[in-house]
Amino acid sequence: MTVDEVSTGSTGAAPVELVTLTIDDVEVSVPKGTLVIRAAELIGTEIPRFCDHPLLEPVGACRQCLVEITDAGNGRGFPKPQASCTIEVAAGMVVKTQVTSPVAEKAQRGNMEFLLINHPLDCPVCDKGGECPLQNQSMTHGQGESRFTEVKRTFPKPIKVSEQVLLDRERCVLCARCTRFSEQIAGDPFIALIERGAQQQVGIYEEEPFSSYFSGNTIQICPVGALTSADYRFRARPFDLVSTPSIAEHDSSGSAIRVDHRRGRVMRRLAGDDPEVNEEWITDKDRFAFTYATIGDRITTPLVRNPETELLEPASWPAALAAAAKGLARAEGKVGVLPGGRLTAEDAFAYSKFARTVLRTNDIDFRARAHSEEEAQFLASRVATTSLDVTFADLEKASTVVLVGFEPEDENGSIFLRLRKASRSGVKVVAIASHATRGLRKMSGELVQTVPGHEPAALAALELDGDAILLAGERLASVPGGFSALVAAADQAGARIAWVPRRAGERGAIEAGCLPDLLPGGRPLDDVEARTDLAAAWGVRTVPARRGRTTTEIFEDTRLGTVHALLIGGVEIDDLPDPVGARRALTKADFIVSLEVRESEVTEVADVVLPVAPVVEKPGSFVNWEGRVRTFDAVLHEPNSLTDIRILAGLAEELGQPLGFRTVAQARAAMHDVGAWDGERAAFPSKTYEQAPQASKRTVVLDTWRLMIDDGRGQDGQLEFKATARPAVLRASEATLKAFDVEPGGLATLSTETGSVSFPTEVADLPDGVVWAPANSGASLRAALGAGYADHVTLSGGAAS
Amino acid sequence: MTDTLTPVLSADWGTDRAWTLKAYKKAGGYAALETALKMAPDDVIAMVKDSGLRGRGGAGFPTGMKWSFIPQDNPKPKYLVVNADESEPGTCKDIPLMMATPHTLIEGVIIAAHAIRAKTAFIYVRGEVLHVVRRLRAAAREAKKAGYLGTDILGSGVDVELIIHAGAGAYICGEETALLDSLEGRRGQPRLRPPFPAVEGLYASPTVVNNVESIASVPSIVKNGIDWFGSMGTEKSKGYTLYSLSGHVARPGQYEAPLGITLRELLDLGGGMRPGSELKFWTPGGSSTPLLTAEHLDIPLDYEGVGAAGSMLGTKALQVFDQTTSVVRCVLRWTEFYKHESCGKCTPCREGTWWLVQTLQRLDEGQGKDGDIELLLDLCDNILGRSFCALGDGATSPITSAIQYFREEFESGMHTPSRELFPPAASTLFAQEVTAS
Repeated sequence: MTVDEVSTGSTGAAPVELVTLTIDDVEVSVPKGTLVIRAAELIGTEIPRFCDHPLLEPVGACRQCLVEITDAGNGRGFPKPQASCTIEVAAGMVVKTQVTSPVAEKAQRGNMEFLLINHPLDCPVCDKGGECPLQNQSMTHGQGESRFTEVKRTFPKPIKVSEQVLLDRERCVLCARCTRFSEQIAGDPFIALIERGAQQQVGIYEEEPFSSYFSGNTIQICPVGALTSADYRFRARPFDLVSTPSIAEHDSSGSAIRVDHRRGRVMRRLAGDDPEVNEEWITDKDRFAFTYATIGDRITTPLVRNPETELLEPASWPAALAAAAKGLARAEGKVGVLPGGRLTAEDAFAYSKFARTVLRTNDIDFRARAHSEEEAQFLASRVATTSLDVTFADLEKASTVVLVGFEPEDENGSIFLRLRKASRSGVKVVAIASHATRGLRKMSGELVQTVPGHEPAALAALELDGDAILLAGERLASVPGGFSALVAAADQAGARIAWVPRRAGERGAIEAGCLPDLLPGGRPLDDVEARTDLAAAWGVRTVPARRGRTTTEIFEDTRLGTVHALLIGGVEIDDLPDPVGARRALTKADFIVSLEVRESEVTEVADVVLPVAPVVEKPGSFVNWEGRVRTFDAVLHEPNSLTDIRILAGLAEELGQPLGFRTVAQARAAMHDVGAWDGERAAFPSKTYEQAPQASKRTVVLDTWRLMIDDGRGQDGQLEFKATARPAVLRASEATLKAFDVEPGGLATLSTETGSVSFPTEVADLPDGVVWAPANSGASLRAALGAGYADHVTLSGGAAS
Repeated sequence: MTDTLTPVLSADWGTDRAWTLKAYKKAGGYAALETALKMAPDDVIAMVKDSGLRGRGGAGFPTGMKWSFIPQDNPKPKYLVVNADESEPGTCKDIPLMMATPHTLIEGVIIAAHAIRAKTAFIYVRGEVLHVVRRLRAAAREAKKAGYLGTDILGSGVDVELIIHAGAGAYICGEETALLDSLEGRRGQPRLRPPFPAVEGLYASPTVVNNVESIASVPSIVKNGIDWFGSMGTEKSKGYTLYSLSGHVARPGQYEAPLGITLRELLDLGGGMRPGSELKFWTPGGSSTPLLTAEHLDIPLDYEGVGAAGSMLGTKALQVFDQTTSVVRCVLRWTEFYKHESCGKCTPCREGTWWLVQTLQRLDEGQGKDGDIELLLDLCDNILGRSFCALGDGATSPITSAIQYFREEFESGMHTPSRELFPPAASTLFAQEVTAS
């Protein structure tokens, strides 16, 4: 029997060297370096285990997986049973597991009995009961009755290792999976084993809670019910839950998740197992932030504004669609479409087709954030349709990974974990950033210290080889010349580029053509052949040729009155580059149709509000940063919950130009029919940009991004999770603080003409004249200052006056 | 040759202020170092190998062979670590040695460091013995001042820095890999092997870990030669060693004698059992070595002889117990020690010792249940060879051996408390004074 299709985690790997050994009288060939415990799995023998985890380093602590090795491959056997999770296979090795060896069987049974003597029999009230490796394995490998009649070890229960993660110490079997995960995978060694003997326990340092963006993974890999999450504890039994595989919607990682629901209500989310993407880990945000659609502000019926009372009133779907269609028709093509960055690829495709074929406009832009024409050109020429050019696995094989405008730990936790893994095996991580973040230090990364806005010079100075990968984040759009320098640096070295958006739907929106100068499948708008091809695929005579407006232009022209109506998806006004201007545009617009899940600033002023399904209630696909299509099915089937596709199709039919699809499956088929453009791609024009000005004596340059856990609305309703957020502090060098009369550790205020915002300060290694503040923790910088990354703001000591 | 004492390490313990450099030099100290520094490192290793010196910490691994395992082509620094975490119940040889003549150890450290080409050496001392730490540090200061430590020792070009490190009071840190973790500033728990310390030890660099007595024996070998060393002891257990006689003997203490001496001879040297008492059982090398009885009085106390009797030479901590002692109570105390000192890393040792103590307590109280003896033996079977390190194995030794030789006492534990069968006061060392008054 040969088992050689063991995943090595990457494509196109070199052929693996096989080693042949005998396990339970079955000869098996496995890749060299395989542990005995996994070689046994390949012949169908499951050796019980607790501390062993395929993604953690072997420790051999629980002693549950003992086997007899009668020949170590050198003709001699081991005198004692060996932990199969720590021993690598050897040619000619003879292994006897519990199946064929009475010694191994007794060793395992005895060990299981030991594990249970101090384990409470509280399975009926334990969250893990029903899905517990200890419970399961004590059924398969243990004995029915315990001989232990004496006193069990007990602890006061439970203790908080963080607001989110609770620990019941008496249930712990001390396998050290959680502590090893925190140290080896997340790099947050804030939990450790303390005390000794049977009093050994997982503990935290009194003043340092388990502060990690990845803490929830420890709950999932805990083989007993010792670690539980504050929001799921005592809420459900595993056997009452219905599990559905899905894809995480909080970042662009496309992480596989499992959503467990009971009677129409999501109870928890777990990491899915996808070695190519998120391995077995997800961020706490992807795990815990799932209640945002059920906290009371969900829009449940269509709403139409009563012209007399000027109030939104519930309406039937036909009436609302008719009203929306009427309003849009009145605008006569002068409609701006803002779908937002969180749609599924299918929904985005529906917006794209709706704009082009029904509204007959290219005024569509998914970017509800700082953006630039240079970025749009970069996306059209270098990102659209470049599927899997750079993958998660590639990050581990790169010589160097350069991060620019991108802080992985906060903005894409799955990339962070993969980069940390890569850095531990020698991949160099270089960050072009203002300061070395905790995340960068955990990746042993190198800092190319750069004042925000000066990325082009830093990129030009890089010395890269062809095996390097550059990861650019959305903030690079705020830097004139940033993408040009990125492309130049990569092209010169023959290195590869990947663009990592923050939002889950952005990459899919590009593929769907939700940009003013890009059509679906990477078709350049100004290419007549591409337009003709698309028109044919869509069955329309033509698609409009006139270059559309960007998000900024749509709002500007709405204020000027040249855009009359707006069709808005999931857009948060405070995310926009100019929230004040956007608000003015909303008041100025003649007609606004809002497709939203929850009440928002847009629905407040909209003329027609059409409720759409949250991700959990619809099927779809996210295209992740790799360009990997991540398809998922609906978790909850709510007949009244409609996708954006269904609503846009209804609107299109009202307007007399049907989309040709109404369901997600039909939209997906239509996308497939349109396909990727096989003609000439958009070119990336080379243009020179002026360098950003240095900070002046009166202002500082703002560095900012969103912390993973912040005030984003997707995290609403999860108090325990939000309590684990990192504190909102302003970071600057000591000299900067001194120059602006700010006491280090004291309060500082950032201000612009728009307003001001205050934070406690923390001295950090930033260049002088630069400050960093979180974009949306406690206050939205865009809302308060109208400023963002690389902008100039005023710094002063003390609280805002 | 095995009938007399051969004081080498303990020869000068009676000298006035023997711990000073002055006294040590007067007795010929540091002469071996001068000889060794003139030898090529490999020749020193060969000499120690040929001498047949075996580890005195318990396992008896040949010292020179351990040194030769250090890969000299490894570019990382090499380290010498002396295990002075003497904590085994009954064991009390290293601490008096370090108190009396610390320079013997330091001289050995420098020679060993020269042999394995280590520029840094550590002595990891049990944390409770602060007086020893102070004495070692004072001696190291003296040695450094005299040019025996530091750079270019005695003009030889050899550099050795010595660091005296105090542990924090954990028996497990006597396990060499746990010791290394502790020395690195971590929590002392045994490491997975391989890699072995010789390849990846302290700070993942090649490291030799030796017992105090092993290293302290090296200067005498260099000074007097391997023939002199081999003239003592037996064929496979060469040389002299410290036997620590304790318990119900007339004159407890350190008896330095050639390997292969018998307990009968040592007891004669120690004035026999205390008046009016007879030998009931004894440990050859601390509580982790299976106990022996009067029938073993004539076995040679070397690695092979004790092994053949079903025990281990261990640390040669000869704890002698007379007829007043309850085996059950004694074994309970030892087991309580192991339960207290189990590091908690692996299941069998952590949970097994927890369970063993409760079962033994019951027997000690005379409340044993049918099948308790079989239960104890079965629990020991599930710990021995299943635990992560030797601590778990050691915890089972006193129990299984005690049941082997004194099963009837455990059976009495089903109905009679040990305090009735063996009143505790009678087995105390002051019992005779108490009864006399």
